[in-house]
Amino acid sequence: MVRKFLTVLLVGVLFFAGTLWAKENALEIFSWWTGGGEEEALMALFHLFHKYYPDVKIINAAVAGGAGTNAKAVLKTRMLGGNPPDSFQVHAGMELIDTYVVPGMMEPITWILKDMNALDKFPKAILDMCSYKGEVYSIPLNVHRANVVFYNKKIAAQIGMEEPPQTWHGFVEYLKRAKEKGYIGLALGDKNKWTALHLFESLMLAELGPDAYNGLWKNKTSFNNDGIRRALEIMKEMLNYINPDHAAMTWQDAVRLVYEGKALATVMGDWAEGYLKTLGWTPGVEFGWFALPGTQDAFMVVSDTFGLPKGAPHRQNAIRWLKLIASREAQDVFNPIKGSIPARLDADKSKYDVYLRWSMKDFATKKLTPSIIHGSAAPESFSTALMDAIDEFVTTRDVDKTFKKILMIAEDNGYNVK
Amino acid sequence: MKKEVLIGLLVILPSIIAIAIFVYGFIFWTVRVSTSNWNSFSSLLRGIYHFVGFRNYKRLFQDDRFIKDLWNTLFFTLFFLVGSMSIGLLLAVLVDKGLKGAQVFQNIYLFPMAISFVVTGTVWRWIFAPGIVPSDPQGINLVFKKLGLDQLMWGWYTSTEHIGPFNLALIPVIIAAVWQMSGYTMAMYLAGLRGIPVDIEEAAKVDGASEWQVFWKIKFPLLKPITLSAMIILGHISLKIFDLVFAMTGSGPDFVTDMPSIYMFELTFRSNRYARGSAISIIMLLMVAVVIIPYLVNSMKEEVRR
Amino acid sequence: MRKFVIYLIMVFFAIYYLLPMYVLINTSFKPLSEVDMSTMWNPPKHWSFEGFKKAFSKIGKNLKNSFYLTIPATLISAFLGSINGYVFSKVRFRGDKIVFMLILFGMFIPYQSILFPLIRFLQSIKLYGSIVGLILVHVIYGIPITTLIFRNYYMEVPGELVEASKIDGAGFFTTYTKILFPLSIPAFVVVIIWQFTNIWNEFLFAVTVTSNPEKQPVTVALVNLAGSQVVEWNVQMAGALITALPTILVYIFLGRYFIRGLLAGSVKG
Repeated sequence: MVRKFLTVLLVGVLFFAGTLWAKENALEIFSWWTGGGEEEALMALFHLFHKYYPDVKIINAAVAGGAGTNAKAVLKTRMLGGNPPDSFQVHAGMELIDTYVVPGMMEPITWILKDMNALDKFPKAILDMCSYKGEVYSIPLNVHRANVVFYNKKIAAQIGMEEPPQTWHGFVEYLKRAKEKGYIGLALGDKNKWTALHLFESLMLAELGPDAYNGLWKNKTSFNNDGIRRALEIMKEMLNYINPDHAAMTWQDAVRLVYEGKALATVMGDWAEGYLKTLGWTPGVEFGWFALPGTQDAFMVVSDTFGLPKGAPHRQNAIRWLKLIASREAQDVFNPIKGSIPARLDADKSKYDVYLRWSMKDFATKKLTPSIIHGSAAPESFSTALMDAIDEFVTTRDVDKTFKKILMIAEDNGYNVK
Repeated sequence: MKKEVLIGLLVILPSIIAIAIFVYGFIFWTVRVSTSNWNSFSSLLRGIYHFVGFRNYKRLFQDDRFIKDLWNTLFFTLFFLVGSMSIGLLLAVLVDKGLKGAQVFQNIYLFPMAISFVVTGTVWRWIFAPGIVPSDPQGINLVFKKLGLDQLMWGWYTSTEHIGPFNLALIPVIIAAVWQMSGYTMAMYLAGLRGIPVDIEEAAKVDGASEWQVFWKIKFPLLKPITLSAMIILGHISLKIFDLVFAMTGSGPDFVTDMPSIYMFELTFRSNRYARGSAISIIMLLMVAVVIIPYLVNSMKEEVRR
Repeated sequence: MRKFVIYLIMVFFAIYYLLPMYVLINTSFKPLSEVDMSTMWNPPKHWSFEGFKKAFSKIGKNLKNSFYLTIPATLISAFLGSINGYVFSKVRFRGDKIVFMLILFGMFIPYQSILFPLIRFLQSIKLYGSIVGLILVHVIYGIPITTLIFRNYYMEVPGELVEASKIDGAGFFTTYTKILFPLSIPAFVVVIIWQFTNIWNEFLFAVTVTSNPEKQPVTVALVNLAGSQVVEWNVQMAGALITALPTILVYIFLGRYFIRGLLAGSVKG
């Protein structure tokens, strides 16, 4: 017994020592890409990295669950303990700037993009989201669009929706018709709460317009704004057409309602497109899409980026990694598998499906706006508080009370409420 | 000091030091955070301690969500205790009859203990997902519909109905929690029943007591210490329940299934409000302490008397 | 007739206990395209081992980690509990009851209330992120429960036995190894089952103390099977079954001894 036990201990120690020794020439990449197409896409990037640097051992430090929330918690703990990975996934915007850049934990990496002559290859608006006081702090690898409606074409034909609606009145009209035919109008799965805010932020964008929406985060637009109240009113109306069991469902379940022919449409980021494809649908054949009515001129950005933490254990390899993912080649390897579009504007369009090409066109031409719930627009303390308020609103549907709450949350976080 | 005592103290010293640091030292650290202004990642990072007194606690008691959490904990604990203990006792009595196959049933009842809350939470979420009532039900509702028990279909954990401060959505969560822990309660009672000497029962029967009377008048009082231990063990599990609710329902619509531990988790790891989150964990600790400390003190006193 | 009613009740509860198991097994044998909440009661149309294959290829090495973690942690905490239990049951010193109570209280604390300082502490002693660190954590937070179980067990051992051995000239450790230890098998079974299942199934410490997937225990890997965007439920459920297998086996083979061990006086609080 004792001997066996000692053997186990010894093996454990050797194992531990083995990984320490391996640290020599390694690269530790932290992300929350652990399943489905996203892990595959990450592996393709690692593969590409090995093509150029075959001797570097890549440590894939991925933490899954809850759309990255677990990973973010683990990352904070590691950064706090002075134990950073070489590079980590972070959403462009406040999730990076407020959390890590302002406290001085990141190295500026503008020079990397300059060296590569790549500063003008990205839209300025997206590099701005990754910048603080004129320096770029992370490299955007991909872009998802948040303000998209995906719909079941068969049901659409049945209710006479041939063209995407242009206004929310038109949209609600179709939702009503779908309901009359016995379908769910709008599928929602807010078991994890964030999807309700995901819908609401796009409605805010629709009612405020992209300029005023962007102004909220620069204290140019006040939160005490009729647009926000109207967004609540619209949301209240839309909630009449959702599935009653929304609180039991995740966004995947909501997408499945569309897939199974039970619901007309769902508002979701375009990772839903990837999911519908996994289920076996072809974009444009069984399902269609359009920007949420009122937000046709805007592109709500969810962008995954990678930065360089101070004290990265293998800084040299981290810089190689960042240079790689900033390249057109890497972005075109990663994104078609991930089901997102490249952050660079010069990508090879032939590698992308019809939906992604549509999204690429809009990305290059529309106004880019940062998402609240996906960490770009505001610090986490604001977005989680707003998420709770909207979650409550889905049940209470009390516009006045929720509007007051939003003002309080904005004020707490130092935003303009005049 | 006797040599034996000295050796004894030396033997337990490492454990005492470890507990002193890992339990009391860390609790003190958390109390300190809970009275600080560390409500953002950068303030935690800078680590400059700014004492704000009980402000974080005061804010919590002004917070609708936290008040709902406290009510939820109360009702959850109450029904979870009653459910686990009555089912546990019932099953123990039945298994103890020693009918053919009782061993198999006993193992079936015990096995939920072997599975992690993270897994069972997900499965129960599926089972109680209501679907669209009444036209397109799912999960358990679908079973009811097939059996013609339409009136039993309802929204389960998505329901926002409540009786006073009791949210009906807690019912499926309670069912899942009872599922997980009643087998263990059964094991405790079973051990207790088997420990009762047979001659006591025989003597009572000779005196003409019915089986029912034997149980309530003789066996049940003898099981009192077990009932008390079970209450303590289940009670503290229930006051700090996290994994199961987190995996099964999350905080629910309008926080109908929210628990302090979930709010604490979200505040600390999602909103970066470390001080507020620490305040919740200290309140949870106090709730547990209120139940546990009298029990511990009492059981120690009893031993001294013995 | 009475027998029939008893069986009826027992079967009813057996269904209650097996219902989630049915969903678990059923879903794990389905191909991804068949997996859906609304058809969860239907048996698979096409039986598929895809889920198991994929799950095993992903969590295989973490299963190994879990064994490296759980076996040493369980054994160390069992021995520690046993020797502590000996002291608290057979050695009297001033304040022994209070010290024991203070230790016992550690078993009831919500672990959230010590999580943050714990991580900082492990980082400062360079054990953060390692299995050794996780073993340490489980051993320490296992002290109260293991000490309690052994102490209560040894309380039932007649003091005369210990006294007699002392009169024979046996010292502290000889008395332990010769008299108490051989008697403690039932208590060891209870402690080992308890610690093994708890440590094996534990998630909170595992996810916060280990960050390198190479070193993570299987519960964390199981949660990691789900991507941030797409959850393959068949893989997830198959992974859950694989993960639960060792603990289920422990219960099937040791379950009887567990109740016998509880019977041997261990549960009296």
